[in-house]
This record gives sequence, C-alpha cells and structure tokens, in this order.
Amino acid sequence: MIAGASLGRISALLLRYLYLLRSSWPRIIEIAYWPTMQMVIWGFVSQHFSSSSPELTAGGILISVVLVWDCLFRSHISYTLSFLEELWSRNLGNLFVSPLRPSELIVALASISMMRTLIGMLPAAFLAIPFFDVSVFEMGLPLLGFFLNLVLTGWAISQFVTGILIRYGLGAESLTWVIPFLIAPFSCIYYPLSTLPSWMQSIAVYIPTTYVFEGMRALLVNGVFKPDLMLQGFILNIVYLMVGVVVFFISFQAARRHGLLLQSGE
Amino acid sequence: MKPILQTNNLTKRFSRVLAVDHLSFTLGQGTITALLGGNGAGKTTTLSMLLGLLTPSSGSIRLFDQDFIGNRFSVLRKMNFSSPYVDLPQRLTVRENLTVYAKLYGVQNVAERIDQVSCEFRLNELLDRRLRKLSSGQKTRVSLAKALINRPEFLLLDEPTASLDPDTTSWIRDFLSNYRDSREATILFASHDMREVELLCDNVLLMKKGKLVEQGSPSQLLDKYDRENLEQVFLELSKEETGV
Repeated sequence: MIAGASLGRISALLLRYLYLLRSSWPRIIEIAYWPTMQMVIWGFVSQHFSSSSPELTAGGILISVVLVWDCLFRSHISYTLSFLEELWSRNLGNLFVSPLRPSELIVALASISMMRTLIGMLPAAFLAIPFFDVSVFEMGLPLLGFFLNLVLTGWAISQFVTGILIRYGLGAESLTWVIPFLIAPFSCIYYPLSTLPSWMQSIAVYIPTTYVFEGMRALLVNGVFKPDLMLQGFILNIVYLMVGVVVFFISFQAARRHGLLLQSGE
Repeated sequence: MKPILQTNNLTKRFSRVLAVDHLSFTLGQGTITALLGGNGAGKTTTLSMLLGLLTPSSGSIRLFDQDFIGNRFSVLRKMNFSSPYVDLPQRLTVRENLTVYAKLYGVQNVAERIDQVSCEFRLNELLDRRLRKLSSGQKTRVSLAKALINRPEFLLLDEPTASLDPDTTSWIRDFLSNYRDSREATILFASHDMREVELLCDNVLLMKKGKLVEQGSPSQLLDKYDRENLEQVFLELSKEETGV
C-alpha cells in the first residue's frame, strides 16, 4: 500500500461511490446495458460474416474482442465518471480539507472502477454464451491477463483525463469520451497490426492494447498463447500508468497553487 | 493562552494580483475569531490556505505546533470546515453523507456520533432524505453537522449562518459558543453579519486588499473608532477604502 495511505479513508470514499450507485437503479442497469447491446449487435454481425467470411469470426474472435475492448472503455468511464461526480457535486473542497490523500482518492476510484467494470461486463459475457455460442471464458487464464491489461490502460487514460479535469475543470469534460477512441484505430481491435500503414504501425507498437488484441487473435484463431505479447502489454501499461499518476499529481499541485479545489464544480 | 494557529507573513499572489499580503496573526486555543472584510479582501483566500486547499506563495502556517504547509495531513484530522459555497453530494442521504465523512475523519462509533450530531443540529427527521430534497437552511445545518462530525479542535466556517432563519441562527450561535466552551475548541469564521460577530466573537481580524488592517476584540474596536456597533466600524474602514 502507498505510504501513509489509510484503508479506512479509502473504504470511506468507496462507500460514497457505492451509495451513489445504489441511489439509482437505472444507473446500475445502464452499466450493464451498453456492453450487452454491443455484444448483441456485434453478435449478429459476426453471425452474418460467419457464412460469407468465416476467417473473420473464427473462434468467436469478433464478439470476444468487442467484449474485451469494452473492458477498457468501461474501466476508464467508471473511474472518470466517479471523479466527475465530485466536480458536479462541488464536493472536492470538502474531500480535500479532510485527511484524504490524493493517492487514496486514486485507489478508491480504481476500486469502484473495477467493480463497475465487472458489473457491466459479466452479464454481457455470460449472455454471449446462450445467444451466440461464444464464451470468452474459454480463453482460460490468459483472459484474466487481457482483462487486467485493458483495465490498466483504462486507468492510465483516466489519470491523464482526471489530471486535466482537476486543473482545467468541467470545460475539459468531453475528453472523458474522446480519448479512449483516439487510441482505438491504433489498437488493432478488429484487424491485425499488419493491416495498418507503416506510419500507424510505428505508433501502434507503443500502445499496450495492440499487444492485447494481437495476443487474443493468436490465441483464438491459431490456438497459441504468446506470453511475450502479454508481457509487453503489461510493461507499457505500467509505464503509462506511472506517467498518468505523475500527471495527476502535478495537476493536483497546480490546482492547489491556483486555488481551483474550492471553486471546482458547475 | 496556548496558540493553536500562527501565520507569519502569509502571502498569496495570483499572477499580478496580490490576494493576501504578509498576513501575520495568532489564534489562541478556545477563542472564536471573525475574519471580516469586503469583497475581494482576501478572506476566502486566507481560509483556503489555512485549510490546505491553496498553496501560499510565501510565509508560514503553524497549526497545533506543526508546520502545516509541509505536514498538513497529520493536522487536518483535528480540523473541519463548512461553507455554503462547497456542497456535499446531493444524491446521497444526510445519513450517508455523515457516514462517509465520519469514516474519512476516522471517527469511532460512527452510528452513535451521527445520532449525536443529528440531535444537536435537529436533523433526526431528515437523516434518510437525499440532500437535494432539503431547503437551503436544512443543507446549511447538514454542512455544519459534517463540520462537527470529528469534534474538531479547530473549526473554520465560511458564513456559518447564511440561509438560516433568525431562530436557527441564534441557536447556532449558542451552539458554537457552547462547543468552544466545552471542548476548548478554536473557531475562525468569515462572516458579513456584524451582529453575529459582536455576539459571538472574542476577536476580530479585519482585512482590506489582502492586508490585515485591524485586529482586536469587538469592544476594543468600538472604543478605538468610537462607534456603537461593528457595522459602523466596518463602514468606516470601507469608506477609507473607497474614498467616499
């Protein structure tokens, strides 16, 4: 655990986000709604392609990558929306006059993000089995690695976005939705790395998600697990997460210098 | 009297604006002090620095005999704050809000403490209502209950009786006075209500353009300016400021 961090304060903040979640059943349904809709739409697309281009859908690859990509999006959105709640409710001032440390806020946000991601993704993953005869769980242990890699990427993006939000306020809110899609074309979700033009490939190799989806294709299409791809993904994710945390702390200090913590909100 | 807070040449500059200019003062344990000044005088900036929300440009803050700027986390649990300009989460109930903040401050026996503050602030009927459903006066009482949840030794309040009816205002004044007496707590509050300041405070700090221009007990200030009430003293100083 981070030096000086308190499990009590982290769980207090986590409780705050759980109360918020509990306060609205449409919110809970919504968390699972979008991944399930994605799964259904891409499931039918996959069924359509399976007759004309079976190589595109071998091993349930299309549905699997859609579900796994959504883990990144959900983890990022869950993290950042919970942070945005503090800005929308003008609560940051109250939080930071308490003994809460920024590192504890990060851990609490990551914890609620993990919970919300699982609430969102598990129903879709289970429903894909009876609906389309695709089970991502058949990937076995590597699925856990792919999942954690993408959740880490989501959190790394969230660190940058919340850093910008704390420094520049709600004017930068749209970045929450924009940034994950910025890396999507380079991530090789639906196509192999070799499909990209060389200039895009040279960027894609620095994006951790590229290794996740290349690894998934190798596993689902060729039945080969490539630990080197998994490892490269993890290394890049850890680097970006650390850089993201540094950006957040720099932004937090800048917000304290400029007196933004008391003014934050709508 | 044991000093709880000592600021020394506390200064905050935002680009070209000098918001707080070499502010030095001391608050003794068990005192109630009002921070007064017109709009833009530097009151909120000062409170923000004393709460650790704003980094001073220079100067020092000693709180509970510790360097607050470099070591604020160990001190913050002995403090708390309430302001009508900082909200609590509106979608949570009063009880949920108080529970979260009690746990953030490491309060023991959370349920018992919530029962106590809800009795003190007449919140029993409101505990399971969402904050957004409450009137502004009720929200102010919840905010004060949150500020007292950890039994702070140093309490900072920004306009503590804003939006409250005269009866509740009087009751809050008595409550703060009793709280100071029973716990030897130190209270610093910003207010525009001069009557409240006269009734409640031991000391007054008067700021103008970021500087501390007057300090003393309400009676000392009345004598010095030969006025009948603090509002007249305040207007006198404002007149000097605006040149009217």
